[in-house]
Amino acid sequence: MARVVVDVMPKPEILDPQGKAVLGALPRLGFSGVTEVRQGKRFELEVPEVTPEVLAEVEKMAETLLSNPVIENFAVHVEDDLTPGASA
Amino acid sequence: MKIGVVTFPGSLDDVDAARAVGIGGHEAVALWHGEHDLKGVDAVVLPGGFSYGDYLRCGAISRFSPVMTEVIDAAGRGMPVLGICNGFQILCESHLLPGALIRNDHRTFVCRDQRLRIENNRTPWTAAYAEGQEVTIVLKNGEGGFVADEATLDRLEGEGQVLARYLDLNPNGSARDIAGITNERGNVVGLMPHPEHSVETLTGSGTDGLGFFTSLVESAFA
Repeated sequence: MARVVVDVMPKPEILDPQGKAVLGALPRLGFSGVTEVRQGKRFELEVPEVTPEVLAEVEKMAETLLSNPVIENFAVHVEDDLTPGASA
Repeated sequence: MKIGVVTFPGSLDDVDAARAVGIGGHEAVALWHGEHDLKGVDAVVLPGGFSYGDYLRCGAISRFSPVMTEVIDAAGRGMPVLGICNGFQILCESHLLPGALIRNDHRTFVCRDQRLRIENNRTPWTAAYAEGQEVTIVLKNGEGGFVADEATLDRLEGEGQVLARYLDLNPNGSARDIAGITNERGNVVGLMPHPEHSVETLTGSGTDGLGFFTSLVESAFA
Protein backbone atom coordinates (compact mmCIF):
# COMPACT_ATOMS: atom_id res chain seq x y z
CA MET A 1 0.00 0.00 0.00
CA ALA A 2 1.04 3.56 -0.49
CA ARG A 3 -0.23 6.96 0.37
CA VAL A 4 -0.39 9.69 -2.21
CA VAL A 5 -0.83 13.14 -0.74
CA VAL A 6 -2.44 16.06 -2.52
CA ASP A 7 -1.84 19.46 -0.94
CA VAL A 8 -4.21 22.18 -2.09
CA MET A 9 -3.49 25.83 -1.36
CA PRO A 10 -5.29 29.05 -2.28
CA LYS A 11 -3.36 30.85 -5.01
CA PRO A 12 -1.11 33.61 -3.65
CA GLU A 13 -3.17 36.35 -5.27
CA ILE A 14 -6.46 35.00 -3.85
CA LEU A 15 -7.56 36.42 -0.51
CA ASP A 16 -7.53 33.73 2.19
CA PRO A 17 -9.96 34.89 4.90
CA GLN A 18 -9.45 31.73 6.97
CA GLY A 19 -5.69 32.18 7.02
CA LYS A 20 -6.23 35.81 8.03
CA ALA A 21 -8.48 34.71 10.91
CA VAL A 22 -5.79 32.34 12.16
CA LEU A 23 -3.15 35.04 11.80
CA GLY A 24 -5.33 37.35 13.87
CA ALA A 25 -5.85 34.74 16.58
CA LEU A 26 -2.18 33.87 17.13
CA PRO A 27 -1.13 37.11 18.90
CA ARG A 28 -4.23 36.94 21.09
CA LEU A 29 -2.91 33.59 22.34
CA GLY A 30 0.52 35.04 22.99
CA PHE A 31 2.23 33.68 19.85
CA SER A 32 4.26 36.35 18.14
CA GLY A 33 6.50 36.58 15.10
CA VAL A 34 4.16 35.07 12.51
CA THR A 35 3.70 37.49 9.63
CA GLU A 36 1.48 35.49 7.31
CA VAL A 37 -0.80 32.42 7.46
CA ARG A 38 -2.28 30.64 4.46
CA GLN A 39 -4.74 27.82 5.07
CA GLY A 40 -5.07 24.94 2.63
CA LYS A 41 -6.26 21.36 2.45
CA ARG A 42 -4.45 18.04 2.54
CA PHE A 43 -5.89 14.91 0.94
CA GLU A 44 -4.43 11.48 1.72
CA LEU A 45 -5.25 8.91 -0.94
CA GLU A 46 -4.52 5.26 -0.19
CA VAL A 47 -3.62 3.30 -3.31
CA PRO A 48 -2.44 -0.32 -3.76
CA GLU A 49 0.75 0.77 -5.47
CA VAL A 50 2.33 3.85 -6.94
CA THR A 51 2.89 3.74 -10.67
CA PRO A 52 3.26 6.56 -13.21
CA GLU A 53 -0.30 5.75 -14.31
CA VAL A 54 -1.62 6.08 -10.75
CA LEU A 55 0.19 9.38 -10.28
CA ALA A 56 -1.22 10.64 -13.56
CA GLU A 57 -4.69 9.64 -12.35
CA VAL A 58 -4.16 11.46 -9.05
CA GLU A 59 -3.06 14.58 -10.95
CA LYS A 60 -6.30 14.38 -12.88
CA MET A 61 -8.34 13.93 -9.66
CA ALA A 62 -6.57 16.90 -8.11
CA GLU A 63 -7.26 19.06 -11.14
CA THR A 64 -10.88 17.94 -11.59
CA LEU A 65 -12.29 17.57 -8.10
CA LEU A 66 -9.84 18.09 -5.25
CA SER A 67 -8.87 21.61 -6.31
CA ASN A 68 -10.47 24.44 -8.23
CA PRO A 69 -7.75 25.66 -10.61
CA VAL A 70 -9.38 29.10 -10.73
CA ILE A 71 -8.50 29.81 -7.10
CA GLU A 72 -6.19 27.02 -5.93
CA ASN A 73 -2.85 25.37 -6.70
CA PHE A 74 -2.10 21.75 -5.85
CA ALA A 75 0.96 19.57 -5.37
CA VAL A 76 1.11 15.77 -5.38
CA HIS A 77 3.66 13.70 -3.50
CA VAL A 78 4.02 10.11 -2.34
CA GLU A 79 4.30 9.13 1.31
CA ASP A 80 4.82 5.70 2.86
CA ASP A 81 5.36 3.91 -0.43
CA LEU A 82 5.55 0.27 0.61
CA THR A 83 5.49 -1.01 -2.95
CA PRO A 84 8.28 -3.65 -3.25
CA GLY A 85 11.35 -1.97 -4.65
CA ALA A 86 10.15 1.52 -3.84
CA SER A 87 12.43 3.69 -1.78
CA ALA A 88 10.51 4.76 1.30
CA MET B 1 -43.47 27.70 -19.41
CA LYS B 2 -42.04 24.81 -17.38
CA ILE B 3 -39.14 25.78 -15.17
CA GLY B 4 -37.24 23.05 -13.36
CA VAL B 5 -35.97 23.67 -9.84
CA VAL B 6 -33.23 21.26 -8.78
CA THR B 7 -33.08 19.89 -5.25
CA PHE B 8 -29.66 18.74 -4.09
CA PRO B 9 -29.04 17.24 -0.67
CA GLY B 10 -28.64 20.41 1.39
CA SER B 11 -30.58 22.75 -0.89
CA LEU B 12 -32.51 25.27 1.22
CA ASP B 13 -34.27 27.59 -1.17
CA ASP B 14 -35.73 25.15 -3.67
CA VAL B 15 -39.24 25.59 -2.23
CA ASP B 16 -39.01 29.38 -2.30
CA ALA B 17 -37.62 29.24 -5.84
CA ALA B 18 -40.49 26.99 -6.98
CA ARG B 19 -42.95 29.37 -5.34
CA ALA B 20 -41.36 32.36 -7.08
CA VAL B 21 -41.56 30.51 -10.40
CA GLY B 22 -45.28 30.08 -9.81
CA ILE B 23 -45.79 33.72 -8.83
CA GLY B 24 -43.88 34.65 -11.98
CA GLY B 25 -46.54 32.87 -13.97
CA HIS B 26 -44.75 29.63 -14.78
CA GLU B 27 -45.08 26.01 -13.80
CA ALA B 28 -42.36 24.83 -11.40
CA VAL B 29 -41.14 21.29 -11.97
CA ALA B 30 -39.18 19.59 -9.19
CA LEU B 31 -35.92 18.07 -10.42
CA TRP B 32 -33.82 15.70 -8.33
CA HIS B 33 -30.02 15.82 -8.20
CA GLY B 34 -29.74 12.05 -8.57
CA GLU B 35 -31.65 11.72 -11.84
CA HIS B 36 -30.48 12.13 -15.42
CA ASP B 37 -33.81 13.74 -16.23
CA LEU B 38 -34.84 17.34 -16.88
CA LYS B 39 -38.48 16.25 -17.36
CA GLY B 40 -38.92 18.33 -20.50
CA VAL B 41 -38.48 21.71 -18.81
CA ASP B 42 -37.78 24.92 -20.76
CA ALA B 43 -35.40 26.40 -18.19
CA VAL B 44 -33.67 25.42 -14.95
CA VAL B 45 -33.10 27.14 -11.61
CA LEU B 46 -30.30 25.94 -9.32
CA PRO B 47 -31.41 27.22 -5.91
CA GLY B 48 -29.48 28.42 -2.89
CA GLY B 49 -28.45 26.42 0.12
CA PHE B 50 -25.55 24.26 1.19
CA SER B 51 -25.58 21.36 -1.26
CA TYR B 52 -23.54 18.43 0.01
CA GLY B 53 -22.89 20.47 3.14
CA ASP B 54 -20.51 22.72 1.16
CA TYR B 55 -18.00 19.88 1.63
CA LEU B 56 -14.73 20.23 -0.30
CA ARG B 57 -15.77 23.58 -1.86
CA CYS B 58 -19.21 25.13 -2.29
CA GLY B 59 -20.79 23.47 -5.31
CA ALA B 60 -17.82 21.20 -6.02
CA ILE B 61 -19.62 17.91 -5.43
CA SER B 62 -23.00 18.99 -6.80
CA ARG B 63 -21.28 19.78 -10.05
CA PHE B 64 -20.78 16.04 -10.62
CA SER B 65 -24.33 15.00 -9.74
CA PRO B 66 -26.32 13.18 -12.46
CA VAL B 67 -28.75 16.06 -13.03
CA MET B 68 -25.87 18.49 -13.61
CA THR B 69 -24.65 16.39 -16.55
CA GLU B 70 -28.02 17.12 -18.15
CA VAL B 71 -28.03 20.79 -17.10
CA ILE B 72 -24.54 21.36 -18.53
CA ASP B 73 -25.58 19.67 -21.76
CA ALA B 74 -28.83 21.68 -22.02
CA ALA B 75 -27.04 24.94 -21.18
CA GLY B 76 -24.66 24.21 -24.04
CA ARG B 77 -27.67 24.02 -26.33
CA GLY B 78 -28.91 27.39 -25.09
CA MET B 79 -31.39 26.47 -22.35
CA PRO B 80 -31.77 29.30 -19.82
CA VAL B 81 -30.18 28.38 -16.49
CA LEU B 82 -30.28 30.57 -13.38
CA GLY B 83 -28.02 29.76 -10.44
CA ILE B 84 -28.78 31.60 -7.22
CA CYS B 85 -26.14 31.75 -4.47
CA ASN B 86 -25.15 28.09 -4.06
CA GLY B 87 -26.49 27.65 -7.59
CA PHE B 88 -24.05 30.36 -8.75
CA GLN B 89 -21.24 28.48 -7.01
CA ILE B 90 -22.29 25.27 -8.78
CA LEU B 91 -22.30 27.05 -12.17
CA CYS B 92 -18.75 28.30 -11.56
CA GLU B 93 -17.58 24.85 -10.45
CA SER B 94 -19.23 23.45 -13.60
CA HIS B 95 -17.27 25.95 -15.73
CA LEU B 96 -20.54 27.17 -17.20
CA LEU B 97 -19.52 30.53 -15.75
CA PRO B 98 -15.99 31.88 -15.24
CA GLY B 99 -14.45 32.72 -11.88
CA ALA B 100 -15.19 31.36 -8.43
CA LEU B 101 -16.86 32.34 -5.17
CA ILE B 102 -14.76 32.46 -2.03
CA ARG B 103 -15.41 33.19 1.64
CA ASN B 104 -16.59 36.74 2.40
CA ASP B 105 -13.60 39.00 3.02
CA HIS B 106 -14.97 40.02 6.44
CA ARG B 107 -15.38 36.32 7.35
CA THR B 108 -18.91 36.61 8.65
CA PHE B 109 -22.18 35.47 7.14
CA VAL B 110 -24.07 38.38 5.64
CA CYS B 111 -27.86 38.74 5.49
CA ARG B 112 -29.31 42.03 4.29
CA ASP B 113 -31.60 43.76 1.84
CA GLN B 114 -29.05 44.65 -0.83
CA ARG B 115 -29.20 47.46 -3.36
CA LEU B 116 -28.16 46.32 -6.82
CA ARG B 117 -27.89 47.77 -10.28
CA ILE B 118 -29.01 45.54 -13.16
CA GLU B 119 -26.19 46.02 -15.68
CA ASN B 120 -27.36 43.60 -18.34
CA ASN B 121 -31.04 43.18 -19.20
CA ARG B 122 -30.39 41.21 -22.36
CA THR B 123 -30.61 37.76 -20.74
CA PRO B 124 -33.70 35.54 -20.48
CA TRP B 125 -33.60 36.14 -16.71
CA THR B 126 -33.30 39.94 -16.67
CA ALA B 127 -35.32 41.13 -19.66
CA ALA B 128 -38.07 42.44 -17.35
CA TYR B 129 -35.66 45.04 -15.93
CA ALA B 130 -34.43 48.26 -17.50
CA GLU B 131 -30.71 48.49 -18.08
CA GLY B 132 -29.25 50.35 -15.14
CA GLN B 133 -32.35 49.78 -13.02
CA GLU B 134 -31.67 49.88 -9.29
CA VAL B 135 -33.38 47.21 -7.23
CA THR B 136 -33.32 45.83 -3.69
CA ILE B 137 -33.00 42.08 -3.33
CA VAL B 138 -32.26 39.91 -0.31
CA LEU B 139 -28.64 38.80 0.00
CA LYS B 140 -27.44 36.04 2.36
CA ASN B 141 -24.16 34.26 1.98
CA GLY B 142 -20.99 33.13 3.68
CA GLU B 143 -18.96 32.49 0.56
CA GLY B 144 -20.12 35.13 -1.88
CA GLY B 145 -16.88 36.86 -2.84
CA PHE B 146 -16.64 36.67 -6.61
CA VAL B 147 -13.06 36.33 -7.84
CA ALA B 148 -11.44 35.85 -11.23
CA ASP B 149 -8.13 36.89 -12.73
CA GLU B 150 -7.84 40.43 -14.07
CA ALA B 151 -8.02 39.35 -17.70
CA THR B 152 -11.28 37.48 -17.04
CA LEU B 153 -12.73 40.45 -15.13
CA ASP B 154 -11.78 42.79 -17.99
CA ARG B 155 -13.40 40.42 -20.48
CA LEU B 156 -16.60 40.19 -18.39
CA GLU B 157 -16.81 43.97 -18.27
CA GLY B 158 -15.90 44.43 -21.91
CA GLU B 159 -18.40 41.87 -23.20
CA GLY B 160 -21.22 43.13 -20.98
CA GLN B 161 -21.28 39.89 -19.00
CA VAL B 162 -21.55 41.65 -15.65
CA LEU B 163 -25.22 41.09 -14.89
CA ALA B 164 -25.61 43.02 -11.65
CA ARG B 165 -23.44 45.06 -9.32
CA TYR B 166 -23.67 45.83 -5.61
CA LEU B 167 -24.57 49.40 -4.70
CA ASP B 168 -23.98 51.33 -1.45
CA LEU B 169 -21.55 48.73 -0.08
CA ASN B 170 -19.74 45.63 -1.22
CA PRO B 171 -21.14 42.98 1.12
CA ASN B 172 -18.62 40.19 0.56
CA GLY B 173 -15.47 41.49 -1.10
CA SER B 174 -16.54 40.61 -4.64
CA ALA B 175 -14.19 41.84 -7.34
CA ARG B 176 -15.45 45.04 -8.95
CA ASP B 177 -18.66 44.87 -6.86
CA ILE B 178 -19.94 42.03 -9.06
CA ALA B 179 -23.17 40.47 -7.78
CA GLY B 180 -23.94 38.36 -10.83
CA ILE B 181 -22.60 37.43 -14.24
CA THR B 182 -23.73 35.73 -17.41
CA ASN B 183 -21.97 33.55 -19.96
CA GLU B 184 -21.04 34.74 -23.45
CA ARG B 185 -24.27 33.47 -24.92
CA GLY B 186 -26.35 35.07 -22.17
CA ASN B 187 -28.46 32.03 -21.32
CA VAL B 188 -26.60 31.04 -18.15
CA VAL B 189 -26.85 33.49 -15.25
CA GLY B 190 -25.31 33.29 -11.79
CA LEU B 191 -26.43 35.64 -9.04
CA MET B 192 -25.37 35.82 -5.40
CA PRO B 193 -28.46 37.70 -4.09
CA HIS B 194 -31.76 35.81 -3.79
CA PRO B 195 -34.51 37.18 -6.04
CA GLU B 196 -36.79 34.29 -5.02
CA HIS B 197 -37.01 35.80 -1.52
CA SER B 198 -38.04 39.20 -2.88
CA VAL B 199 -41.24 38.39 -4.75
CA GLU B 200 -43.94 39.07 -2.15
CA THR B 201 -44.59 42.10 0.05
CA LEU B 202 -45.47 39.73 2.90
CA THR B 203 -41.83 38.90 3.58
CA GLY B 204 -40.72 42.50 3.84
CA SER B 205 -37.96 42.95 1.28
CA GLY B 206 -40.24 44.11 -1.53
CA THR B 207 -40.91 42.51 -4.88
CA ASP B 208 -37.92 43.64 -6.91
CA GLY B 209 -36.79 40.04 -7.40
CA LEU B 210 -39.89 39.05 -9.32
CA GLY B 211 -38.42 40.21 -12.63
CA PHE B 212 -36.07 37.23 -12.65
CA PHE B 213 -39.11 34.97 -12.82
CA THR B 214 -41.18 36.99 -15.29
CA SER B 215 -38.37 37.79 -17.71
CA LEU B 216 -38.62 34.43 -19.48
CA VAL B 217 -41.92 35.50 -21.03
CA GLU B 218 -40.66 38.94 -22.00
CA SER B 219 -37.53 37.62 -23.65
CA ALA B 220 -39.44 34.79 -25.34
CA PHE B 221 -36.02 33.19 -25.77
CA ALA B 222 -35.21 35.83 -28.41
